[in-house]
This record gives sequence, C-alpha cells and structure tokens, in this order.
Amino acid sequence: MRLRLVPKETSWDFFGKTKISIGFSSLMIIASIAFFFIQGLNFGIDFRGGTTIRTESAQTVVVGDYRAAIDPLGLGDVTITEVFDPTFEDNQNVTMIRIQAQEGQESVTADVVRNVELALKEVAPDITFVSVESVGPKVSGELIQTAVIAVVLAIAAVLVYIWLRFEWQFAVGAVAALVHDVILTIGIFSVLQIRFDLAIIAALLTIVGYSLNDTVVVFDRVRENLRRYKKKDLKDVLNLSINETLSRTVMTSVTTLLALLALFVLGGDVIRGFVFAMIWGVIVGTYSSVFVASTALLKLGVKRDWSKPDNTAGNQFANVDA
Amino acid sequence: MLQIALWKRVLIWSVCALGLLLALPNGFYPRVEAHNDASASIEAGFSGNGLEEQAAMWPSFLPSSLVNLGLDLRGGAHLLAEVQVEDVYETRITSLWPEVRNLLREQRATVGTIRLQPSDPTELRVKISQPDAIQDAVAAVRTLAQPVVSLTGAGATDLVVSADDDMVVVTLSDAEKLATDERTVQQSLEIIRRRIDEVGTREPTIQRQGADRILIQVPGIGSASELKDIIGTTAQLTFNPVVGRATDPEAPAGAGNEVVPSLDEEGVYYILESAHVVSGEELVDAQPSFDQNGRPAVSFRFNPSGARKFGDYTADNIGSPFAIVLDSEVISAPVIQSHIAGGSGIITGNFSVEESTNLAVLLRAGALPAGLEFLEERTIGPELGQDSIEAGRIACLVAFAAVLVFMFLSYGTFGLFANVALIINVGLIFGLLSLVGATLTLPGIAGIVLTIGMAVDANVLVFERIREELKTKKGVARAIDLGYEKALSAIIDANITTFITAVILFAMGSGPVRGFAITLGAGIMTSVFTAIFVTRLMVVIWYERRRPKTLEV
Repeated sequence: MRLRLVPKETSWDFFGKTKISIGFSSLMIIASIAFFFIQGLNFGIDFRGGTTIRTESAQTVVVGDYRAAIDPLGLGDVTITEVFDPTFEDNQNVTMIRIQAQEGQESVTADVVRNVELALKEVAPDITFVSVESVGPKVSGELIQTAVIAVVLAIAAVLVYIWLRFEWQFAVGAVAALVHDVILTIGIFSVLQIRFDLAIIAALLTIVGYSLNDTVVVFDRVRENLRRYKKKDLKDVLNLSINETLSRTVMTSVTTLLALLALFVLGGDVIRGFVFAMIWGVIVGTYSSVFVASTALLKLGVKRDWSKPDNTAGNQFANVDA
Repeated sequence: MLQIALWKRVLIWSVCALGLLLALPNGFYPRVEAHNDASASIEAGFSGNGLEEQAAMWPSFLPSSLVNLGLDLRGGAHLLAEVQVEDVYETRITSLWPEVRNLLREQRATVGTIRLQPSDPTELRVKISQPDAIQDAVAAVRTLAQPVVSLTGAGATDLVVSADDDMVVVTLSDAEKLATDERTVQQSLEIIRRRIDEVGTREPTIQRQGADRILIQVPGIGSASELKDIIGTTAQLTFNPVVGRATDPEAPAGAGNEVVPSLDEEGVYYILESAHVVSGEELVDAQPSFDQNGRPAVSFRFNPSGARKFGDYTADNIGSPFAIVLDSEVISAPVIQSHIAGGSGIITGNFSVEESTNLAVLLRAGALPAGLEFLEERTIGPELGQDSIEAGRIACLVAFAAVLVFMFLSYGTFGLFANVALIINVGLIFGLLSLVGATLTLPGIAGIVLTIGMAVDANVLVFERIREELKTKKGVARAIDLGYEKALSAIIDANITTFITAVILFAMGSGPVRGFAITLGAGIMTSVFTAIFVTRLMVVIWYERRRPKTLEV
C-alpha cells in the first residue's frame, strides 16, 4: 500500500475558473505592492546601516530597563527586541539591540559598543555580547544595489535559458510566475515586518530557482504533449500536462516543505526569517507554476503548426532533447 | 534496454566511494582539525608538546581536508576596510619639496629666490621671484617626472607641472594616481597580512574587494576591535627635524613645516619640518625592550641607507632636537647628543609592556601606506556559532529522517533506493565542499537542508514517469527504461535553471550568501548525479536479480 497525496488519475480542470485565479493573484500582487509602499520593509543593518548587538544574560530581560540604560547615551534611534526560541535554554535570555547608523562615521566605533556594554551591565551585570555587527551607510547602499541587480540578473538569465530551450511564450510565462513569487514574498515580509537582510535576498533567489524548477517540469510535459496531441486544444493539453505532473509537483513540494519545516522549528532564530522566506516561496512557487505560468501560456498561445517554416518561433535549440 | 556496462558501474561506485572518502574527515571534525594543526606545526619545524600524538590521531593515508567553517559558525571577527588611497598623494607631494628646492636653487641665477606657498595638500606650489623665468622653472621641475610604470599608463609621466602666474604647480598625473592606488592597496593588503600573521591566528581570510577595499576575516579572535588594534593603525614612523615648540595647534608653522601634537604631554605641540629625515620604511628590525631605567621601550635598527641618512643627520645637528613621530603624534623629541652611527636606536615613551610589544610588531610588519576606514565590522561569539551548528545538525537529521520515511511510504522499494541515493548525496556534497575547500556558513546549512528536500525531486520525476509508463502496459523493463529516458529532459532543464541562480548568487553575493550559493550549487550537481546514475544503477541491479513480472512503484 502506497501513500498517495494525489489520486492515481486526476483530470481536474485547472482553467475552468481562470477568472478566480487571475483575480486572486492580481489582488495579492496589488496588496503586496501597497504594503510595500505604505508600510515598507523592516530592513536589517545590511541594507540601511547601523549596528546590531545580540546580548545574552541569565537574568530575565525587561526591555524597558534596557532602554532606560541606553537612552542617556544619545545614540538616536535604538530598537530593543527580546528573542524567544524553543532551542534556548531556560536561563538564556536573548535580546537584539539595533542602533541606527551614527552621523558622520562609517562603522560604529569601539567606544559606542563599550558604552552600551557598560550601561547594560548596570541593569544586568552578567550580560555578554554574543555578536556585534556594524555596517556603514556606504556599504549598505551598495548592498541594496547589488541585491536588486542579482535578482534582476537571475530572472533575465532564466528568461533567456527557457527561451532557448522552449519558446518565448514559455519564457514569458515562467518569468510571470517568478515575478509573482518575488513580489508576494516581499509583500509578506512587509506585512509581517520580518527583518529583511542579505540572507533574505539569497532566499529570494532560491525561490526564483525553486519556482522555476516547478514551472519547467510542467512546461517540459506541455512541450511533449504538444508534439503528441497535435489536434488537441491548447487548454486541454495544458490541463492534461498539469494533471500528469501533479503528483510529482505535490511530492516534491511536500518533501521540500518537510525539510524546511524541520529547519524552521529546530534551526534557531538566526536563520528563521531566511527559512520562513523559503517556506513561503515553496508554497507560492508551487501555486504559481500551475496557475500563473500555465495561465500566462494559455493566454499567450503557442504556435502549433510547424509545417510552415517560421523564423520568429523556435530555433536550433528548441527541439533539442537532452 | 536495462543494461549498464561494467566499466560504468565501476565508475559510478568509484565516484561515490571517493566522494564519501573525501567527506569522511568531516565526521571527525575536532580530531582531524587537531591532526591538521599538529602536522602543520611539525612541518614548520616544531616538535614535542604532544604534537606527534595529535598528528597520529588521524591516519595520514586518509584525506584530511575539511569543510571550512564560516565566521558565523566558528565565531570571530570580520572587517571590511577601505584604503584611503588619497593619503598617499599627499605624502608623495610633500616629499617632493626638498628635491624641487634643490633643483631650483641651482638655477637661482635665472629664477631668483623661491618660496613654498601654502596650498591644497595634493599639490605643491612654489613661488619664484623672477616671474619672467617661470617657463624655465617649469621645464626644470619637469625633469623630475618619471614615466609611469603600469599597463594602462604607458607613455604617461607621473607629475603634471604647470605655471600659475609666478608659481610652479606640481600635481600627480591621473595615470600616476591610478598606478599609486593599485600599489597602495596591494601594499596595504600585504602589510595587513603580515601583521595578522605576526599575531599568529589560524586561517585568516584577507582578500581584496573591488578597487580599494580589503576584507579581513579572522576566526577565533575575540572581537572586531581587537582586530582593529592590530591592523587599524597605520604605524607610520618618521624622524623629523624639530623647528620649535608651541602650546597651541593653530600656531604659525611656516611653509614646509607642520604642527604635531605630543603623544603623552597634553597641550604640548611641536613644529616640525614636514619632510622627514628617515622613515619606518627603512627599518629592518624592531623589538620590544627596556631602556636604562627599566621602562618598556622599542629598539630598532635601520637598513644601510637609512643608517647612513640617520648618521649624517645626527653628525650635522648635534645639540638640536629631533622628533620621533608615529602616526602624526610625537612620541618623543630627544636632543641629539652625539653622532649616532651604526643605525640602531631605541624609542622611549610612556609605554606599557603590551604597547611596546604591539608597536614593535607594527614597526616590524611595516607601515600601512595609507589610512583605513572601516565600512563594516562584525564580531560573532564562538558560543553563538556553536549553538547554530548544533541547531543546524539537529534540523538536518530531522529533515533527513522525515524525507526518508516519506519517500519509503510513497514509493516502497524504489523509495528505499532513492533514500540510499539521498544519503550518498549528502555525503557527496560534503566531499565536494571539502575538495574545493569551500566554507560552510549558516545559510549554507540551510542550503543543505533545502537540497535534502529537493534532491529527491529528480528521483520523484523518474518514479512518477515510470508509474505513467506502467499504465500503458509496456512491461516492467520497458517502463523503467522509458521512465528514465523521458524524465531526463525535465530533470536537466529544471536543474540547469536552478544552477543558473546559484551561479548568480555566487557571483554577486558575499560572505554567508556565497556560502549558501556554493552548497546549493554543489547540491544540484550531486543530486543530478545520484538520480541519473546511482539510483538507476540500483534499480537495474535490483531488476536483474528479481526479474519482476509486475511492478508497483
């Protein structure tokens, strides 16, 4: 007896209610963009400069006391958050202190850190600084730039690759799904105000990779079925292809999610944001490869009649069977 | 059909065995690390202290390369420094003055008297009393220019000399500035490396980034500020003639002179000639020592040319003071008692033993040609890294177990094959990472966990395809064969696209992100290999033994 997440034979109609899926995706995208502009992202120091200090103490943390100790130092905007995590021991009390970039200096001076330490020792004598990270405004500006370039470059490279291997309609469909995933991920980070740092960019690019993986598998089957069923309606071919690959799509998503969930729960708070981004990305990526990429392909249409030569569609790579 | 040539089978198993062998040392991390450290010490000529025992803890015929642990896992300090390349222009220009002075003095008959004008520190302005002869003066100074030694600056000279009314203006040419920048950064890199090596920490990373930045990562060091104490000071040592003393930093110094504060006497300033007699560059040795009163001091020795200059100067100026200047602060300003020949001396000041030791290290390693500005600094405590490794390990094991169980429940025997392949896969990832000496970071661990989840994808693609082919009643062997054949294009396309993103991450990312890209990329390669070759080989062997008439995947 086998565990089956998807019935043996499915012939579900994925395009019966395209209006609903298009509407849903558009709504989510608009909401994400709106949140991004209204609420913004909770950028980490990688992107806006400043200093974060991770403290540890055996005493229970009272954020107000910490704040009262640090405020007289006049460091400008200081945020103090207590960190909770199931992997911590009972007497492990962790906080993250973020200090804004100081006027006129690149990275924070040792004096500032020492002053903060002295001030906090008044409140919690056993406090230790587990990590201190400081990024100057000059570098953080460049980091944002590189990050944006990286994401755009990744999407462009993929567009070209799929265009070479398939046809341009497939490439556009895949990229539509990608952009959808990236926007929705940025959206959820804005809604939940999870710290957005350099690692999240890595997560975004992984989502790009994963979402593609899924899309390409579906498209590969579409390409094959298009050759096999020359007379069938494009919509039916797409539906058939999605149904045929559905079991694989779900299997892979579930194994990946299983692994990521283990990391989310047990991996510690340092990478939780990063793992969250990937979990979200896997869910959104799976949804988008079925509903966004294929719907886009359906709307764009694919050239079916290969009897007449046409130099706009396909090329020497299009029919390579690796 | 379902046949794999013997040589292919041998090759596939050999690759697996090799990969696992390379990954093996990582299973005994502390032991292998101790072995490696001990072997390195023995090779460097040390012995005793149980080094041989430590070296014997790991057999030498086994591979001993380990995956490097990133700073976020091991703890340590990370600095990104920007070299202030402009500093060097100033020094270059200032040091030109004596030469220009001597040259123009020889031509006193035509150009008249000369006087240095106050100016922007990146240019030298000399006023002459015979404005008519300005072109002659310019031509004379121009003879000082040297061709620039660099690829792009071929044909250019290092100085731009022009006339401005009755003044000769000397600046560095653009080609020379470029060449100087390059040299400055290279030198800084070299000196930072020497300073860190002097302190003797393990596996520091010192890399150039971009045009004028240097990335420094030192595992195991307590904090970034400790690291900054070692590399942050330029340690520019000079010996300058003293013109006078002052009590105020704004005191009029006169052209060619500067006001420099005293290091330990508050409110005391010295007026010095800007052009130095000798500099720290001509030191050959510096050692911490004690002066005749038993206070910590630093003794030093000049190279022959420095010794000659120092000797000549002291012979000519007995009775007048000279200043020992470190990074624009006067350490001391003794009066020259006698001609100091032989080129060695001692620097006294209010040093602690630690300070004198540090200063000796800095002087020995050489001065940084320019100042450093720190753009980024991170300190990660070793406990945090240890916690992260521990959490990562547990998460990996749980993820692993969950996927293994799930695969078995879904695909039965074939699921088991995929599971064996998955275990080999993770081994291969570590083998590959050890082989290329990659660095494992916290996001890198996440990359491995992600790979565990995604690695089964290729197998799932094949198994699902076999299921489909079985429906068409083609027979077991044919179905398996077709499953592999038809799933191949999807596997290749899907993994190449993911690989593209990993490459871009690697190229654009830095630090931990790059660590993630490496494990992701390695994971893609190994998972495609295990799915296409290893699982397939296992399926074929199984089929040959069983010859099943029906198959349930």
